[in-house]
Amino acid sequence: MMFANLSRNDWLLLVGFSVVVLAGPIILQPLGAAYPALMQKFCIYGIFALGFNILFGLTGYLSFGHAAFLGVGSYAAMWSFKLFTMNVIPAILFAMVFACLFALIIGYVSLRRSGIYFSILTLAFAQMSYNLAYSVLTPLTNGETGLQLSRQDPRVIDAMFGSPGPGLPRASLFGVDISGGGYPGFYLCAVALIVCFFFAMRIFRSPFGMMLRGIKSNQNRMRYTGFNTRPYLLSAFVISGLYAGLAGALMAATDPLVGAERMQWTASGEVVLMTILGGAGTLVGPILGAGVIKYFENIFSSFSDRTLHGFFSFLPESLQDPVVSFFSLFVGDGWNLTLGVVFMLIVIFLPGGIMEGLRRAWNLVNRKGDGGDAVPVGQTQPAE
Amino acid sequence: MDAILLQILNGLDKGGAYALIALGLTLVFGTLGVVNFAHGALFMLGAFCAVTFNKVLSLESVVVDPTQTTAWGSPLEVRTPYVEAWLGDFGVFLHNYSVPASVIIAIPIMLAIGIAIERGLIQYFYKRPHADQILVTFGLAIVIQEVIKKFYGANPIPQAAPADFSGTAYVGTLLGMGDALPYPWWRLIYLLFSFVVIGGVMAFLQFTTYGMVVRAGMRDRETVGMLGIDIERRFTVVFGLAAVVAGIAGAMYTPILPPDYHMGMDFLVLSFVVVVVGGMGSLTGAVVAGFLLGILQSFASMNEIKSILPGIDQIIIYLVAVVVLLTMPRGLMGRKGVMED
Repeated sequence: MMFANLSRNDWLLLVGFSVVVLAGPIILQPLGAAYPALMQKFCIYGIFALGFNILFGLTGYLSFGHAAFLGVGSYAAMWSFKLFTMNVIPAILFAMVFACLFALIIGYVSLRRSGIYFSILTLAFAQMSYNLAYSVLTPLTNGETGLQLSRQDPRVIDAMFGSPGPGLPRASLFGVDISGGGYPGFYLCAVALIVCFFFAMRIFRSPFGMMLRGIKSNQNRMRYTGFNTRPYLLSAFVISGLYAGLAGALMAATDPLVGAERMQWTASGEVVLMTILGGAGTLVGPILGAGVIKYFENIFSSFSDRTLHGFFSFLPESLQDPVVSFFSLFVGDGWNLTLGVVFMLIVIFLPGGIMEGLRRAWNLVNRKGDGGDAVPVGQTQPAE
Repeated sequence: MDAILLQILNGLDKGGAYALIALGLTLVFGTLGVVNFAHGALFMLGAFCAVTFNKVLSLESVVVDPTQTTAWGSPLEVRTPYVEAWLGDFGVFLHNYSVPASVIIAIPIMLAIGIAIERGLIQYFYKRPHADQILVTFGLAIVIQEVIKKFYGANPIPQAAPADFSGTAYVGTLLGMGDALPYPWWRLIYLLFSFVVIGGVMAFLQFTTYGMVVRAGMRDRETVGMLGIDIERRFTVVFGLAAVVAGIAGAMYTPILPPDYHMGMDFLVLSFVVVVVGGMGSLTGAVVAGFLLGILQSFASMNEIKSILPGIDQIIIYLVAVVVLLTMPRGLMGRKGVMED
């Protein structure tokens, strides 16, 4: 029943994807990214972008406040760690429930409008949550300091099974320590990503997914055929909120310090960038985009002028300094500049993102020309 | 009573900044049909025009004077800014009035930047979906912001208002009322300045032939084009004008809020809310909503109100936006047929 809609190719894709993700430590070795702390970041942001894509890629509704759900998920998970147990399963459930409720409320209100108004409504809600988390909700969020674990937390369930050991407790999965950037943490995130990928694939291939695509291409026509589009939109919104909540919980589990800046609109902008860069509306694209952005963020921010001088040492002395000072704009602290430039180039020249680029390259290699099958699937139309 | 008047005054200067940015946003949206997320960055660029101008004016020559000594016994270094050395009293005056004077510098710079952005980037996005416009201008805003951060650092750079206007104005006394109503001079100046700029832009659109053509183009671009008018070129100028308005608004705002590289983004989010509340495509709506929301925000930050509704000052603008968007689809004064869904 549940697997009926998946074709053989989909199964191949799923298996291939799982193998790639689980074998990440081997595959990423030559790129120098094979340490778990970074790879689990890929997975977490992959989940976040995957969820965002279910809303933006399928329905075309551009939410500029998605980080709010990530933040809510993080806070909820943290409270589960503080109040009940350090086990990560209840934390994830908690985070998803709260993110779901939050998404339900915000989605119900925001989805009354579409197009740019929807973007601004979601932005307004996210900024509200961010401002509140910083000010009035300080007892819940610990304001600027950020919410963190402490030895004095009740942790009622853990307390029933014995007294806590010395030092801060660490998030665990039935005794396996997953915080602090070890392999168990990475594999937890990887499995979560694969499960999320499977569900996303199910949604993409289901009649429900078709409905969402129909809304994107022409909402009025959908309405004329007798569909009430709003429940579908709301479901998509809540599902993508759930993904964000899960990503937030995993983030809190692997790095137990939750600050409000996770909800700021720049964070929402980041997930938009990831999705567009990878290719909105494609299955693998957003995960690819998340990985690429986080990978290059890691590489570029660690570059210094010294590294650049080493890199351009083949140039004559007189040329070397200007070249280095030009490129130093883009590395280290200037990583955001690189991100902005790349993002603009992508939107201008390749609106379908990396996936469309790959497809074009593939067509070029196969001598298919740019005929009928080069339809940019990833192109995102506005929801108007 | 005077507390209420004071809150209104307090809200007006911030409202002035909102109104000026929102005016430019609406102008660009109404003419070019482009949602410009980089407009806040233009505001910030204007502020940094003032910073740069002040820096240039502050370049000093250092002369060691052996006849005088400092308190530590070393020879006194006499520092004279070059402008004061070269231009004498006028130089002193210019240095003192660097912020208002920078407006004159900011106008051509912002016009050039605005036209460059429109010709170089925005013109290719007229036919693209709004989502693409939002995304590409968002990218542009990041780029501008990061370049500024690279050259000016991440810390706010305080700018001084002219000495004559840095004190407190007693507005009540000026108007012959019972209460003194103390209020910073520069904010009062800013308020007047925003009125003048808004009035100027409105008059330009309302009473000149050029403005009339632009307004006609906002209504029906194709027909105006068919009459043999190069409407594209006028719209380019309008984009430049919007950039100038945002820029000089930013330059004059520097004594009130020390500029840093992300001030544009902070103002942009609020200005978008202002535009939406005012109604997409309505200039009057944008201005009215700007001042209204500024005043509302200042009332919400009164201690009496905060004690009843904690945190209301943080969210009031967004809350109003949500309510307006849900109850009045066109905003306060939105025109029929502009961006309805």
